[in-house]
Amino acid sequence: MSLSAVRVDGLRIVTANLSHRLLDDISFNIASGEVLGVVGESGSGKTTLGLALLHHCRHGLAFGAGVIRVDGKNLCAESTAGLRRARGRLVCYVPQDPASALNPALRVGTQLAECFESRVRGGNADLLELLAAVKLPPHPEFLDNFPHQLSGGQLQRIAIGMAFANRPRLIVMDEPTTGLDVTTQAHVLDTVRRLCRVHGVAALYVTHDMGVVAAIAQRVAVVYAGRIVEIGPTARVLEDPAHPYTRALVRAVPDLSTGNPVSGIPGQAPEFGADERCCAFAARCALARRACGESVPAMVAVAPAHEVRCLRCEDRETVPAQAPAPVAWSERPPPLLVAQGVRAFYGRHEVLHGVSFSIGAGECVALVGESGSGKTTLARCLAGLHGEVAGAIEFGGEPLPLAAGARSAAARRRIQYIFQNPYQSFNPRRSIGASLATTLAQFERSERVEERRRVLAALDRVALPASIAGRYPRDLSGGQRQRAAIARALITDPDLLICDEITSALDVSVQAVITELLGELQRERGLAMLFVTHNLALVRGITQRLCVMQAGRLVEEGPTEDVMQRPQAAETRRLLRDSPRFAAARSTPAVC
Amino acid sequence: MAGNVSAALRGAMRQPVTGAVGRGGWRTALAFFAQPSALVGGMLTATVLIIVMAGPLVAWNSPVDFIGAPFELPSAATPLGTDIMGRDVLARVLSGGTVILSLSAIATLLGVVTGGALGLTAGYFKGTIDDLIMRLLDVLLAFPQTILALLFVSVLGSSFTIIALLVAAIHAPQVARVIRAATLKVRGEDFVEYARGIGTPSFWIITREIAPNVVGPLLVEAGLRFTYSIALIAGLSFLGLAENPPAPNWGLMLNENLIGLPQNPWPVIAPVSLIAILTVGVNLLTDAYAVWSTPRGGGGS
Repeated sequence: MSLSAVRVDGLRIVTANLSHRLLDDISFNIASGEVLGVVGESGSGKTTLGLALLHHCRHGLAFGAGVIRVDGKNLCAESTAGLRRARGRLVCYVPQDPASALNPALRVGTQLAECFESRVRGGNADLLELLAAVKLPPHPEFLDNFPHQLSGGQLQRIAIGMAFANRPRLIVMDEPTTGLDVTTQAHVLDTVRRLCRVHGVAALYVTHDMGVVAAIAQRVAVVYAGRIVEIGPTARVLEDPAHPYTRALVRAVPDLSTGNPVSGIPGQAPEFGADERCCAFAARCALARRACGESVPAMVAVAPAHEVRCLRCEDRETVPAQAPAPVAWSERPPPLLVAQGVRAFYGRHEVLHGVSFSIGAGECVALVGESGSGKTTLARCLAGLHGEVAGAIEFGGEPLPLAAGARSAAARRRIQYIFQNPYQSFNPRRSIGASLATTLAQFERSERVEERRRVLAALDRVALPASIAGRYPRDLSGGQRQRAAIARALITDPDLLICDEITSALDVSVQAVITELLGELQRERGLAMLFVTHNLALVRGITQRLCVMQAGRLVEEGPTEDVMQRPQAAETRRLLRDSPRFAAARSTPAVC
Repeated sequence: MAGNVSAALRGAMRQPVTGAVGRGGWRTALAFFAQPSALVGGMLTATVLIIVMAGPLVAWNSPVDFIGAPFELPSAATPLGTDIMGRDVLARVLSGGTVILSLSAIATLLGVVTGGALGLTAGYFKGTIDDLIMRLLDVLLAFPQTILALLFVSVLGSSFTIIALLVAAIHAPQVARVIRAATLKVRGEDFVEYARGIGTPSFWIITREIAPNVVGPLLVEAGLRFTYSIALIAGLSFLGLAENPPAPNWGLMLNENLIGLPQNPWPVIAPVSLIAILTVGVNLLTDAYAVWSTPRGGGGS
């Protein structure tokens, strides 16, 4: 390994009142040209770690201890002016959402030129060279665009170009591909990897997506509750994780190559960073014993360059039997919902061009496609939420009016919709129990005692404690809210559940819990489901049929396994090719 | 009750499902007034309200009797001196707030309720209804407020009812604009979509799903409108369009006593200060409420 471009030693970030350590004992180094992936779930401190490398922390936090050396320069010892000089030159940052990071009132050329530190560089020729480096059309006209005229992928390339403009020694990237389509993501990852290698830039890549880490990082650090619990070469960490948390995380991530059903991590991650007394994962760990609760384990090496913070890193827990495979039928069940030539419009613009498909009774159908392919619009049409729509929908053998308002109460009760964003799907001024009761009251009049029983039974069905009923949405985590939303759908005893990207806003471990729950509901209640998602890997474990959409048309439909094994449409093949896979870790070239 | 419910569940059932747990009224109030601006605003407002309500009982001189020469300086008998007609300034200040405050409160309430209802309707239905309501309100907005008020008062007279209705009508379009904007934002959220999806009637969606979520901006707007009402009504009184002149009234006091400012400034300073304190207090309170009522937390990565 070449000389380390970045060394971090014993970094600690504390809250201003010193009561919590959000990050503790963070030590690692990154070589020139190497990409270190940082994975963790929300609240683990991974974003705080990314910002800390610029010697910046959010309001209310402070640096407690530690040394950050970039190219030999200790950022912790720099003055404010020195830091200002270092940022943007020595250390650069690529934010998660480029659309809000770029100034919407300035042309991209102007903003790119601003990044160059001197008057010597920063002329038009340099800008065009930069555009070419990030695979954008190197034409002067392109520089005249305003940010809103570019796509998300193009904006992210601009942001990456701005970061590379001054040839920094370290680039910190905070989930830069989270909002992008798989194909765009694959291209952006490719660009980042190439630029880092060519210019010898060290990169810290913060993400929650194990697949992305496998594709881009030579080494990976797993962060849990403010500490690095495992760090090592990506292929090793993903294939033979030594920390129980890493193993649980890997099991929670659906992998396209295997299609194994995912399993969630029981319990909740600690909220306030590092625990100073014990292993933070002990409470959720199958291998935990008394010693785990008595001290914070030290990092131990299990292999060259592979360290882990666990007392039982030599042991492996017995994994409980995998969740049962999805229901398989020899022939398709009779159709519950049949859509014929559904067309939808936004004003004069047609976004669905005659989509026909069907959902069998008790069947789980996946609807996948890129953003903008019309999959959410189709789901909304089926639920009667989209106004400008034409075509015919049959439900349970009877024609179904297209608008929710025109449907019979029975039909509305039998089709329930769950939204993507768990933070918006409940009225913030009403308790969860009241929201569930309001839904129930819409369909039947029941005594208060009966109503209460139904509400609590529905919450019980999704494994939420009864105390949730009296809580408000803001008191709940994203996963709890999404479970409450499923409970609200179940309280009406529906036949068809339309799930619109319901796990895309959640952590992988929570996503796994939700998909397990949906699988259970399907098996036990014979609930039919339309599962809208952009994540092909997730689909494989839980659905029987797969529909692929592209630009408002259904391009492929068939049993999930068949489509996965023998994709016919070009779009399906492209999605399968570009989806990140674990196996990619093996082919990522190591830096020497 | 069905038998398949666990014991823990059954225990929980005795508690109300729909009620708010852990948000007791007192604790909420304490948390609210823990903010410095809420505390200061609350104290300022309370001071003026206490003066207005308890004032008439405390004042030892009659506010309408002539007890001395005009514009006498403060003395033991008249702590703030006398006004243009030789009446006790303190007594008039203490009893002169009732009308102006109750009038402002009623006018504000009327204006905010009407404007809020119009804004909710326009924002929820959009399209033609929205255009119709908002363009009509734009016409009202196009007239200068004070001129409009003067015109109507001079034609219709200056009774309590007419002034209240008039001030309410001046406020309603402004409130409607703010609430319409807030409604447009809330109606796009998923829980409103969900309510429409399960077939909830529009009236219930507006009143149960949207209205509670625009209460924040509505209350802030109400506070702002209240201070405008005071200013407007005081202005009308100042211009001599108040109710039955001999009765004490802060706005009227300014008008009458301006010429005596060099002799005895108190008949002007006292009512002006009280109006100013109340305005600052109410604005601090409503601003604090705006910050406090914004739901915290939430948001994903």
